[in-house]
Amino acid sequence: MRIIGTPRRRVDGRAKVTGQTKFADDIVLPRMVHCKLLRSTVPHARIVRIDVSRALKHPGVYLVLTGKDFPIPYGILPVSQDEHALATDRVRFIGDPVAAVVARDELTAFDALDLIDVEYEPRHTFSTPEESLALEGIAADSGPTQNQIHEYGDHGNIHKVVSLAFGDVEKALAGSDQVFEDTFFYQGSTHLPLEQHAAVAARDPDGKLVLWSSTQTPHYVHRALAKALAMPAAHIRVIATPNGGGFGGKSDPFNHELVVAKAALLLDRPVKICLTREEVFYCHRGRHPVLMHFRTGVKRDGSITGVHLRTVLDGGAYGSYGVASTFYTGALQTVTYHIPAYHFQGCRVFTNKPPCGPKRGHGTPQSRFGQEVQLDKIAEALSIDPADLRLRIMERPGTLTANYLRVTTIGLAECIRRVVQASDWTNRFRKLPRGRGVGLACSSYLSGAGLPIYWNDMPHSGVQLKLDRSGGVTAFCGATEIGQGSDDVLVGCVAEVLGLDPMDIRPVTGDTDLTPVDLGSYSSRVTLMMGNAAIQAAERARELLADAVGRKLQIPKSRLVFADRRVFDAEDPSRGVSFAEAVSSAEALFGTIGTTGSYTPAPSAARFKGGGVGPSPTYSYSASVVEVEVDESTGWVHVPRVWIAHDIGRALNPTLVRGQIEGSVYMALGEALMEEQEFRRLPARLSNALVHKFPSMLEYKSPTTLDMPEIITELVELPDPQGPFGAKEVGQGPLLPVMPAVANAVYDAVGVRIDEIPVTPEKVVKALQAKASGKAPRFGPMRFPEVPWPETLQVPPPWEGGDGRAINAPARPTAVGVGPRES
Amino acid sequence: MIVNGERTDVAFAPYKTLLEILREDLNLPGTKHGCELGECGACAVLLDEEPVLSCLVLGVECDGRKVTTIEGLVSDGRLHPLQEAFADLGAAQCGYCTPGFLVTAKALLDEHPNPTREQIREALAGNLCRCTGYQQIFEAVEAAVTRAQ
Repeated sequence: MRIIGTPRRRVDGRAKVTGQTKFADDIVLPRMVHCKLLRSTVPHARIVRIDVSRALKHPGVYLVLTGKDFPIPYGILPVSQDEHALATDRVRFIGDPVAAVVARDELTAFDALDLIDVEYEPRHTFSTPEESLALEGIAADSGPTQNQIHEYGDHGNIHKVVSLAFGDVEKALAGSDQVFEDTFFYQGSTHLPLEQHAAVAARDPDGKLVLWSSTQTPHYVHRALAKALAMPAAHIRVIATPNGGGFGGKSDPFNHELVVAKAALLLDRPVKICLTREEVFYCHRGRHPVLMHFRTGVKRDGSITGVHLRTVLDGGAYGSYGVASTFYTGALQTVTYHIPAYHFQGCRVFTNKPPCGPKRGHGTPQSRFGQEVQLDKIAEALSIDPADLRLRIMERPGTLTANYLRVTTIGLAECIRRVVQASDWTNRFRKLPRGRGVGLACSSYLSGAGLPIYWNDMPHSGVQLKLDRSGGVTAFCGATEIGQGSDDVLVGCVAEVLGLDPMDIRPVTGDTDLTPVDLGSYSSRVTLMMGNAAIQAAERARELLADAVGRKLQIPKSRLVFADRRVFDAEDPSRGVSFAEAVSSAEALFGTIGTTGSYTPAPSAARFKGGGVGPSPTYSYSASVVEVEVDESTGWVHVPRVWIAHDIGRALNPTLVRGQIEGSVYMALGEALMEEQEFRRLPARLSNALVHKFPSMLEYKSPTTLDMPEIITELVELPDPQGPFGAKEVGQGPLLPVMPAVANAVYDAVGVRIDEIPVTPEKVVKALQAKASGKAPRFGPMRFPEVPWPETLQVPPPWEGGDGRAINAPARPTAVGVGPRES
Repeated sequence: MIVNGERTDVAFAPYKTLLEILREDLNLPGTKHGCELGECGACAVLLDEEPVLSCLVLGVECDGRKVTTIEGLVSDGRLHPLQEAFADLGAAQCGYCTPGFLVTAKALLDEHPNPTREQIREALAGNLCRCTGYQQIFEAVEAAVTRAQ
């Protein structure tokens, strides 16, 4: 291979370093006007009255929209259509959009927001999952349905509650040599992309709607617009502009996109909105705060007998991807380690805070943190080296897990060996001077969700190629460039097959009018799915060209080589034609040359309800060792070095692969040490309202150049048969092992367990104080709330003769509204 | 003011920031914004060769002064060595913080043609990047130094 595997400049590199990449807010159109949103100032209320008359009279204001302009709800998941572009009768968190002003410029629109009068009738504010779970008690005075945040969901303020058992865990735990029980908490955090969300909408000259937006999922935005605006999808074009960072935060259809679309239709002129940084904190869709409880049974040799995991997710005010997030907190435990019996219970509740959703790792970092810290404790109790323990218990390649996830190749053992060797683990673990330590953890992640967001049988990714006599190739795909390099993957795969330079190929991506559907940049799916589709399209084009060149030169097709912009005889490289001549010959013979390729994942083995979350064509694996220095007087944790090895299958462009790994380590360290999406109550004399503690980049801490350690990256290349040229994902997996490795390193350094993320100086000091006063040397949650778990769905694992189906059919909760508890 | 070496006359409302004037009045959208509050460094430009956050500078302060933006880094149709190195070595992922990093790094190299890793870290400490983890940015700055020699 000539292109694949060679470090090189990405295809869009020049545009990015010259400032010519056109982001959504860089779009300026003739007659363009500007939009601003009025957001709720109270956390939970009924809207009694909205009066926009003063705003409408303000000079320069063209339009004011409110909830009555948007009667149709939408949402990313078909089961959670719980959002309106503007609040119809309820607001559910501070920042929930209530009205929109469109004016000649941003400042005029901003001024006019103050002229909109909204009367709110406050409702009880739910600030924590515990409060939401106690809804029935609180409701005594005003009646539960009035206080309930949504009128759908499993019951009360519970959005989703699930219980799945794969085998008899209680029996497995009873047969263990030891059972470990731990409670962990993982705080929420936000994506903080440098680019604030922006969108421009306009009618094209034919009257159809065009929306340019910084979105990771133009196809889903397209669907949401068609639904919420009640328009034929064929009359809507969504163009995803390159995202200035996404990390999952631009994966939902957003209020502001629908608002500018509607405004552009009504005014028949382009309408732009760019959110302020504060508003980006309110859009959120970030990491769910998760409280979790692990009961893990082990044999003396470390092998796991069974795991019972319970999670409670603080979902915030809307559904978003939350149902999937809930299942993800329990889906991938079995993919990393062999767990013969597994019981997962998850519960997502609504609270009056910005909605949580998918952030890099989507639902898996939280319980990955818990499991990896607990394994560190198990290793110590059993006197087994933590690296050795993981080598003993890791899942085996080519197996079907207890919860019916099909695992293909596993590079985890090699990842562990690499970081152990590179970090000199054996000579340092438990051997460094007090205050210094090393910690190890592992993980696995999806290479693309096996199922789409909405049920359908169609491909997940499509690629179309256009070749013409100039020798030029254009590659069309709905995939979205969010900085990860998806355009480069597209042209890299095509260039390799057709023997071109990647720079010879023009990518056209993320445009619902021009490009075939790709589901979007989420779930680490693009490289694998688009890559496979691109290879198929390119192979079909190569076939046509080979046919034409073979006939022209009288050479059997099978002997033709495509390389260095030529098509030539493998046995006599001087016999051949240029690529442009090859296309010309094919065009003369077959007419206009165009091919398509598509990719659809194989059906999942899981056939139980909830089995749609977790399946993937293949899984990536990572291992990390983190070194820390802990100041015992201040609790300050300094990270000088991180070693990380990632099972990438094959690195298509190693420069970009390394960038994804180092970027994952960066984001992981932010979460591990400082990042928090935190809320507080205003004093009673103000309003007692629940507000975001610091919706600004200054106070929401994220690592700077001065905070970043040296990162030693190891690529483990074990080509996977499912991946394009063997490639697996790299965008999310390498984030996962870092947070637990930090906590494990702190324990190695100063002997205290921080069972909570982030590991802040305050928590370290408190744990050290607890240790000094003879208490448990630990900081972390002490208890797990009462949850009305439903009847457990029983799915026998493959080794007990299961076929992926449940053997019982629990009654579904009847309730919309508050039903009796089912505990 | 003199923008990217060209004398530029521009009329604007007195409350407008340099960032707004560059993007909205001078059609130079290469300079980005991430917070408009001086927190992220995305809007960095050079004012009389010194890096400043253009969201915190009023346009009226710039009368007669030299402003260099990302659009001014290319000279004679050739990319600056920093731009070449950033593109080649993965220092730009989403590219949104990149203009701010590049002009700040240029100011560093103009003053210290051969900086240490620590000097690079220090000079770029006011620029946030959420994609790269900074390592490939440091390496690109160092490579630009080598290439320029």
